[in-house]
Formats: sequence, C-alpha cells, structure tokens
Amino acid sequence: MAMTSAVQFEQARVDFGSFTAVHETNLDIRSGEFFSFLGPSGCGKTTLLRAISGFIEPSAGKIRIDGADMAGVGPNKRPTALIFQNLALFPVMSVAENVGYGLRVRGVARGVRDEKVKRLLDQVALSQHADKKVSELSGGQRQRVAIARALAVEPKVLLLDEPLSALDLKLRQHMRRELREIQQRVGITFIYITHDQGEALTMSDRVAVMNAGRIEQVGDGRTIYGHPETPFVASFVGESNATSGRVVSVADGLATIDTPLGALSGRNARGLEPGDTATLFIRPELVRLTASDGDCSVATTLVEAAFEGSMTHLTLRTPTGTRIVAMLVAADLDQLPADGDPLTASFAPANAVVLPDTARSS
Amino acid sequence: MTNLSMTFAATALILVVFLLIVRFDRRPGEKRVKFFTRNGVIVGLYLILCVGFWCILTIIMPMVFMVDLSFHPKLPPSMAGGPEDVFTLVNYRMFLFGSATSTDQLNWLHLRSFFSTIGISIGLTFLNFAVCYPIAYYMAQSASIPRLRLLVLLLIIPYWVNDILRAFAFRILLSYNGFMNNVLTWLGITDTPVDFIGANVALYLALVYSNLLIMIFPLYNAIEAQDHNQIEAARDLGAPWWHIHLFVVMPQAKPGIASGMTLSFMLMAGAIATPLVLAGPRSLWFTPIIYDRFYQLFDWPQGAAYAMALLVACIVFVLGVLKITGLKLGEITK
Amino acid sequence: MTGHMLNRTIVGLYFLSFFVFLLGPLVVMGVSAFNTSTYPRVWPIDGVTLHWFEALASDATLLEGLRTSVVIGFWVVVISVPLALAGAIVMTQLFRSAKSFYYFVVVAPILTPGIIIGIATVVFWRDFSGLIGLRAHLYNGTVLTVLAQSSFISSYCMLIIMARLQRFDLALEEAALDLGASYSQVFRDILLPFLRPALLSSAVLAFLTSFENYNATTFAILADKTLTTVLAARVRSGTSPTISALATVIVILTIVATLVFEWIKRREDRRRAVRLSAARAEEAAELAGP
Repeated sequence: MAMTSAVQFEQARVDFGSFTAVHETNLDIRSGEFFSFLGPSGCGKTTLLRAISGFIEPSAGKIRIDGADMAGVGPNKRPTALIFQNLALFPVMSVAENVGYGLRVRGVARGVRDEKVKRLLDQVALSQHADKKVSELSGGQRQRVAIARALAVEPKVLLLDEPLSALDLKLRQHMRRELREIQQRVGITFIYITHDQGEALTMSDRVAVMNAGRIEQVGDGRTIYGHPETPFVASFVGESNATSGRVVSVADGLATIDTPLGALSGRNARGLEPGDTATLFIRPELVRLTASDGDCSVATTLVEAAFEGSMTHLTLRTPTGTRIVAMLVAADLDQLPADGDPLTASFAPANAVVLPDTARSS
Repeated sequence: MTNLSMTFAATALILVVFLLIVRFDRRPGEKRVKFFTRNGVIVGLYLILCVGFWCILTIIMPMVFMVDLSFHPKLPPSMAGGPEDVFTLVNYRMFLFGSATSTDQLNWLHLRSFFSTIGISIGLTFLNFAVCYPIAYYMAQSASIPRLRLLVLLLIIPYWVNDILRAFAFRILLSYNGFMNNVLTWLGITDTPVDFIGANVALYLALVYSNLLIMIFPLYNAIEAQDHNQIEAARDLGAPWWHIHLFVVMPQAKPGIASGMTLSFMLMAGAIATPLVLAGPRSLWFTPIIYDRFYQLFDWPQGAAYAMALLVACIVFVLGVLKITGLKLGEITK
Repeated sequence: MTGHMLNRTIVGLYFLSFFVFLLGPLVVMGVSAFNTSTYPRVWPIDGVTLHWFEALASDATLLEGLRTSVVIGFWVVVISVPLALAGAIVMTQLFRSAKSFYYFVVVAPILTPGIIIGIATVVFWRDFSGLIGLRAHLYNGTVLTVLAQSSFISSYCMLIIMARLQRFDLALEEAALDLGASYSQVFRDILLPFLRPALLSSAVLAFLTSFENYNATTFAILADKTLTTVLAARVRSGTSPTISALATVIVILTIVATLVFEWIKRREDRRRAVRLSAARAEEAAELAGP
C-alpha cells in the first residue's frame, strides 16, 4: 500500500455559528485504504464528509486532497464522489443515464461514454436493467447504481455516507462484502461513515472513532477493539464492563484503582499517576469464572444465564449492585449455573485497561 | 417633479430598503452563501433580470406611478413636468366634494356609490360564505372520491365561462321577458313580470354566482386538512351540529375562511363586467364610475384617484380580516 | 328517526337547490342557443336550429377578438412562466424579513382588483414608453394587456411552481454538483425536469386565465379588442342568441377538456402502479437470492 496521503486534515475545524461541529482535527488518510469514521449521531462525521466533498468549507485549518489545498474549491471541482445516504439517484433518468451523468457533464463523447457505462454496469451486475427507471429497482440494486455512478467519474476518493443503513440485515451483510471487494478491485481510497461498529470493523483498514466533534482514536480494527485509548472508545466499540475509582498504585505498566468492587488492576495505557481518577474496562469475553494466579476477582451472584448457542451470556450482580456481564464459550461451562448462585468473576489485569475520564485531545 | 422621476425615486428607495434587509437581517454567525456562487452566473443573471423586470416594471412602478398620478392635475402632454404639474389634492376633492374648490357639499352621488358598493360587497361575501360552507364541508368530510371528482367538475364548468357570459345568462334568466318571469306568471304567483334587474337582484345573484368557486376551494382545503377524528369525537360527545360547526370546524378553518372572503370581496368590489351587463337604471356600482373618468372624461389623474379609493378600501378590508382572525398574509394565499 | 330523516331531506333539498342555481343559468343559455327566436329565450321554444352557431363562426369582429385573445394568451404564457419560475427560485433563497417583504410584493397582484392593475399599467407605460423612446412599439393595447396580465398571472404560476419546488430533494442537486456538473447544468438537467409538471400546469393556467380575463384587459386594451371585450360590447348594446351559442361552445369545450385531463391522469396512475410492482418484484427476488 502506497504511503501517499489521499486526504489530509491540518488543524481543520468546522463551526456553525457559535457551535463547533468538528474541533481541530489532524488526520492523514492514506491512498488506497478503506477508512471509516465511526461514531454516534451528531458526532460530526457527516460534517467531516461534507467538508471533504466541498459542500462545507472549514472555518479554520486546511483540507488537502492528494496534497492540493482544497480551500475555495467547489464540490463540482473536487476529485471526490459522494454516495448519499438516500442515494439521491436522479428519478427522471434511466439507470444508464444516471451512471453516465458525470461523464455527460464533463463533455465526454457519447460513444466513449456509453462504453464506459456499459463496462461499469457489467461490473456491478446491472447490465440488464440499464434502461429501467430508478424507481423500478430494489434497494440493493439502487445501491449498486449509486456506486457505479460515483465510480464513473474516476474519483480519487470515494465518500460513502452510511449507505447501508436503509437496507435490511441480510442485504447489509452481503453489501458489506461487495463494497470491500469493489474497493480492493478498483484500488481507490474509500472513506466510509457509519454508526454501526460491526460494519466499520469488518470493512475497514483503519477506523477513526469520533465523539462530539473530536476524533478519539485512529487505528485498525484489532487495535481499536483490544487497546482502546479513551473511555468513549472502550464503551462504544464492543461491550465493556466498567467501574471507576482513584489510582492507588502504578507498577509494571499496570495501574491499580480502588473501586467500590475492591482494588482492581488493568493496563496503564495512558500513563496515570496515583491519585488520578480513572475507570477500568474489561470486556465480557475476558471475564472468567475460575481465577488464575494474578487475577483480580469480584464476588457476584448470578442474575441470569442466557444460552445463545456458541456463547453463553451471563449477567452477574455484585453486592454493591453493579452489573457485570460475562460471555463464556459454551465448552468452558460444564453446566449452566442457576439463578442466584454465587460466582466469582475474575480477569487477568493484562486484559483490562485503566483509562482517565477525559477524552484524549488530538 | 414629473410623475416618472417620482416613481423612479420611490422605486429606488424600495430597492435600497430591500437590499439592506437582505444584507443585515441575519442570525449572528450564520454564513451567507453568495448569490452567484449558489446559482452560477447564467442562472443568477436570469433570476435577477426576470425577478427585477417582474417586480419593478410590472408591479412596483406602475402602482407607485398611479398613486403619484392621483396627486397631480390633469394636464395636456405638453405641459407635463412643467410648472403647472404640482402636487395637489384636487382629484380627491372632486371625489369627496364634487368640486375642485368648494367643500360645501359632499359628492353624494359618488360617495353613496362607493360606500354602497363596499357595503353590498361585504354583505354578499357573507352570503357567499353561507351558501358555500355546507357544500365545502360536505366535499371535505363526507364525499366519496368519485363523487368528489364529479362535484369538482360541476363546480369548475361555470368558472371557465367568462364573467360576461355568466352575467348574460342571468340577464336571459331574469329579464322582463325572461325565463324566471315566464315561469312565475305561468305558475300564477305574480300577475305582472317582476323587474329583477331594476331591483338589482339580478346583479347581486350574478355576483354571488361568479364567486362561488373562489369561496368553496379555500374552504374545502381548510376543512379537508382538519382531523376528522376530532369532529367525530365532538359528535359522539353529543354536541349539536351547529355547535360543532361554530366552535370546532370554523375556528380551525380560519385561514381558508379568511382567504375565501378576502378574494370574494375583492372580486365583487372590483367587478366591472357584471355591473356593466346587469345594472339597472338605479344601480350605482363604483367601478363603472372609475371607468368613465378614464374613457369618457379622459381625466386620468382623477381616474387614478378614484381607483386609489377602491384600492384603499380593499387594503382596509384585508387588514381588517387579518386583524380579526389574527392571521398573517402568507396564510391567506393558498 | 324522523328528526334524522328531516335533517337529511333538508340537506338534500339544499344541495339540490345549490346545483340548480349553479347549473341553471348554463342550461338556460344552452337551450336558448338552439332556439330559433331572435331574442335568447328558453321558453317558448319556437324551433330548433343551429343558425346561431353558424352566425358565430362568421362573425368577423368576434373572430378578430378571438385572434387577439389567443395572441395575448400566447405571450402571457411565454412571459409569465419564466418569470414565475425565477420568482419561485428566488423565494427559496431568501429568509425571514427579506422573504416576507419579497413575498408581499409578488403576491400583491393577486390581491389587487384587476381594474387597478389595468389602470396602473396603462398610466405608467404611457409615460415610460415615451421616456425610453419606444412609444410606438410599446404603447398599444396588445402589449399593455400582456404586461398587465403578466403581473398577476405570474403570481399565480409562481404559487403553483413553489408548491412543487418545496418537494424537491436538495440531495439531487448536491449529487449532480458532486459529479461535476456546473450550476447551469444542474438547473437544466435536474431542476427543470423535476418541475416540468408544475411548469406545464402553470402554462395551461396562464393561458386560460389570460383568455378569459376582462377586468384588467378592459382598461389596458386601448384600441384593440379581445374576445371578452367584444362580448362585453355586444352584450351591452343588445342581446342575441349568438352569445348563447358562444357560451355553449365554451361549456362543451370545458367538459371535453376535463374529461381528457381525467383520462390522462388515470393513465399516469396506471403506469406508476406498474412500475411500483416491478420494483417490489425485484426486491423479493433479491432477498431470496444472494
């Protein structure tokens, strides 16, 4: 993968009046990668996308595409193509006309244009629908028209605004694979925004987790999942058990905090000092019912055990009323414990992480 | 100052005010997209030229010019703009007092015509409303779709027949030897034919007739948009029908009622075809008097002044309706 | 249940009288058009004839008026629809006080009595055309009538177009821009096709409204004649069944036009239903498929 930068944010900030939608952001998106912005609604990811496409100008800082500063460059002059959430396919035009529109407005000759359109429709398996009106197609087919239309103008960056949110589950999973395939085949940089972490983690090379206008962490899926750097990332991506307290001691890369559940230890990922307030996060699948050496343990009673086939989902409660969730592989359990049974929840400190309560400033 | 220069000055003033509003009426911190960036040069020019031509040359300037003209004396073209062309109230004095100089006697003829036109128009507007409301209500609430389409068709046909032809039909119907009189004598109700036209009955009927559609459709739209369940609920609770209409349906249909009544009044007070065709010898509708100032007396400034009187009456009516119903202008125009 | 029955009969009677009132005059006119008596009469029927319709077709003044009305109608459409379109687009780009101000100006012609519009147009253009030296060209009845009618007909058309414009999905415009279209191309390829139904219905409305307009026309028409002014003169000076014949023709044309319109609408609805079921079939196939 070439290390050239496709999109760069340099201290870019977007304000709407007195409201800052995106705080100062510095980011390098590499050429040819599948990059996702993941975050809840209102976190600013759509704003970022529109800033890249040119519908919004940053209030401060620069946005570069392929090294060129995009200040003052309108959306119709940028080497980007955007796939809208509602697809925005042109209703008065046929499928072929939709796909060829970008070429038409650039003055590409009819013969060349028709040929390219045909090739693209073949690529997305829509050739026999070329002359139909868009309203006659199904949801998945319309998706593919939108993609073909965007690819027709050969953009350097393809931007996708939660394109799969309107589809039903089976179709969504199918389209995830298709999109990834298309990206790898065509080799263009894809920038994808979503609030669905499953999508972001399966499809992307790298993910940026966003919250309230700030990027909290950037990294590949495994890093984001296994080594979250802020409380938001730890709780938003995947499930987490969390408990807070004050740091009591720091040693060997671990931090011990004094929580209502007792003294618990986890990785000191952010260099905390004794006396800092912090939260400990441990994922359900890393909670065990039998303690090994060096584990931290908490006494609990079982509230509910749900057998889900390959995994068993246990809800435990501590004497202080805190809920702990554990996920165990079925093979690790000889028999299902009964509600009310006393169980010990344990985990290895290396599997947990202790993070300060503030977000990381980037 | 000549009328034209006055007009230009006033128009320029209006334009400046408008541009200032555009520039400064903005929430703090809101970004403004430049007009030509938003539209591109070609489309932007098209928009400015067309809207400019329309608003300035066909709406604002003619109106301002007419207002200004009403304050000038009648002069032959050679003297226009000269020393004789001063700001004067002579035309209005003619309207009110019948004479350019003395204010002894009021111009009863014209004033009576003016006020009776306004008064009768208001009365007929209410009559129009009373006649149309049940139909509009039925169409909005109870009519099935095919029947609704049929009703709409039936309502539209008389509308496309011109004002004049409608008035003509009433003349055939209600004249001395007309159909109505024939039926009445044949039935033995009257011995001699009734002079419907002389009594202005024909005129009033024709005016209401011409404005049925303009009243029904706003009413229909306003009632149709209401929640039918509310009305059902009121009925279930035992409210008598007149209560439901007065206190549930009508208050919510206010925009439609205001719209229908305003347009109806305007069209009646400003009607010229119907009065010309159906006026009895004793009837005095105001609009033919205006017409005479122009094309009989050729005193255009005076005609402008009389037209202004009518315009002011209409404006007062609209403002009154807006005030009474508490609505804004945008809600009245469909 | 007699109270209820009484209620229903009263309502029924009311409706009956309403429609008798509504259609009666037209029927009267229609019958008199076929009656041989020289005075338009419904009763007694002297004889049945088509004579008055023939007289209509050979009435030179009436035909001249008709021709002028058509010409004026044509020009009103050509001017009003583009003006209305521009007006509607500008409306969507203004906000708050500026928008109210602008709205007031462009809607005022609807609320102004027609005669006042006619008067204002004539008095203004008499002087103005002199000022710009085009008096010979501009100061004539046809031109003035076109100008007078355009002022308020554009307002009506603008309201129609605005209603349609408000349903426009801005994302379509953005998508076109994003694909590289210039603003003019967006206007031509995306906005205009979307507005086409509204533009067409405005054009039809503009023509019909212009054709049957009398109030503004009567002041602005100066020495020329339109169909309506000829009619008015005729009706004032005397009465003849030719006029009834004309009214009957108009009524028949209106009925025919409405039926044609209904038929077209039904055909469109059928087509849309076909397209929708095609889309649903595709959806089902897709869910079963991949």
